[in-house]
Amino acid sequence: MSQTSSKGLSVGNLVRRPEFGALIGALAVYIFFAVASGPDFIAIGGTASWLNVSAELGIIALPVSLVMIAGDLDLSVGSVLAGSSMTLAIVSGYYGLPTWVGIIAAIAFGLLVGLINGLVVTKTNLPSFVVTLATQFAISGITLGTTRLLTGSTSVAFQAQNPFQGLFGSMIFHDKFEVAVVWWIIMAIAVSLVLYKSIFGNWIYAIGGDVVSARATGIPVAKVRISLFVASGFGAALVAVIQTSLYNSAQVSNGQSFVFNSIIAVVVGGVLLTGGYGSTIGVILGTITFGVVNQGIYYTGWDADWAALILGILLLIAVLTNNTFRRLAISGGKKKEKK
Amino acid sequence: MSTETPILSLKNVSKSFAGYRALHDVSINIYPGQVLCLLGDNGAGKSTLIKVLSGFHEPSSGTVELNGKPTVFKSPKDANNQGIATVHQFGGTFPLMSIGRSFFVGQEPTKGWGPLRWFDKKFANQTAVREMQALGITRVTDGDRLIGGLSGGERQACAIARAVYFGANVLILDEPTAALGVKEAAHVLRIIMQAKLKGIAVVLVTHNVSHALTVGDHFAVLIRGEKADDFKKGERTREQITDLMAGGEAMAELENELNQLTGSINVIN
Repeated sequence: MSQTSSKGLSVGNLVRRPEFGALIGALAVYIFFAVASGPDFIAIGGTASWLNVSAELGIIALPVSLVMIAGDLDLSVGSVLAGSSMTLAIVSGYYGLPTWVGIIAAIAFGLLVGLINGLVVTKTNLPSFVVTLATQFAISGITLGTTRLLTGSTSVAFQAQNPFQGLFGSMIFHDKFEVAVVWWIIMAIAVSLVLYKSIFGNWIYAIGGDVVSARATGIPVAKVRISLFVASGFGAALVAVIQTSLYNSAQVSNGQSFVFNSIIAVVVGGVLLTGGYGSTIGVILGTITFGVVNQGIYYTGWDADWAALILGILLLIAVLTNNTFRRLAISGGKKKEKK
Repeated sequence: MSTETPILSLKNVSKSFAGYRALHDVSINIYPGQVLCLLGDNGAGKSTLIKVLSGFHEPSSGTVELNGKPTVFKSPKDANNQGIATVHQFGGTFPLMSIGRSFFVGQEPTKGWGPLRWFDKKFANQTAVREMQALGITRVTDGDRLIGGLSGGERQACAIARAVYFGANVLILDEPTAALGVKEAAHVLRIIMQAKLKGIAVVLVTHNVSHALTVGDHFAVLIRGEKADDFKKGERTREQITDLMAGGEAMAELENELNQLTGSINVIN
């Protein structure tokens, strides 16, 4: 009757999941760069190089993936990162308040922007694309203006006190891996628990699948969407604290690349741009793929410019694969009868 | 029909949207354990009527009565809490969610206590599969499969199973057989009979007269927002119903015209 008279987890079922594509993609780029660049890339130094990039991106990409599974976009993470970095550097660096005060202020900044994003999106029903693009610019302007006004500069030095230096800005394991890797793992566990183990996770999928039906079943749609924007603001603020502690300074231009990089990682990880589907493992794989391409290129001796080309192609392939998946999944059993 | 009170009824309900009159003075009664077929052409007001029944719209005038008492549904959720479930044409609307997850959207089962209350996926999957199998969908054995992978009939079955599981007294089915093949449609009709035998009041919206006649106990025909006819099983012939739905005389006229046309072709030949 149908091709899917499945015996549990068949190869067919596995292949039809987009995160399988993400796994293939991650393995392919890893093997490609391992072969193209020789032993340095596979060694601990090379591994740390891409893992550090993946970790910082992953801390943002994971909550952003939740926003996207619920059918929204968050383009403001870049400015949140810059704004939170500056908040920390100005409060605890320029004004010399205790580090914990600066960290709380930086995190609060991220949560606040997320809250504003969420409130504006849910109250106005405007597309989150436009709203968060607007906050991305607005926050960037506020950060630049305020920083210059207060400090007369666009770069502010900061030295974290202990234990915060160790918690956020230290290197671990042969002094090669950023402590961000640990935060990434914690974030991955937290996001997985929310998505798979909590009722809230079911709501995220339902809202992304069909917001009208989700509302009709009594899900507090606005609250869920707002919380997800707040979570994504938190992710960006956490990376801000990590970077500022690690590099001992904040620049107003920090983090702008995270806006598109997080979307690339999430989409390459098999999350549908239309919402309603995605997995944590997929996003982790997408983030690893990004890190490997971004750093692997340096080990090959080629011009690093080509990394962006590879990422662009990967993104396109991922979107095409995801789209095909979506069409197959939605047409489902009818596939054989029609067309 | 019977001496029992209708579980849900509309009394002289009208509904207008910005001057446009979608429903005018419609009264219908819905009885437990019976299938009411709501017939009518596109744009006749069927959708508006079921939206009033399911709490989506409030009537502009007239009243909705639940168990004989006038009621105002504050929202679809409110109507749902009072046992009125609506299943739309394509059944589950979350094609990319698993069967178990979508079955329990908004009413997720949990395990554990306090802040450690987790979504009970095992229970959700087992229950969803069991309830669907009880309706004769034996092909579905894995609650982790995506809704999108089910056939149209299976999706309907899943949505009906969900409504029945959550204790619906009134089941409103909006064109459940419209997108289905013959075999699948027959299966859905069988499921409707099963629901009826459980004592559930079924409102079946359709413009397929054969399907309506197969399962219907009583019938209401809407034309341009008004109830044109209201009758019980066996009181009208198929032809009468078809004519009525197409706007009374229109169908007979069309037939005449066609006869003339084919007639003239025969003459030429």
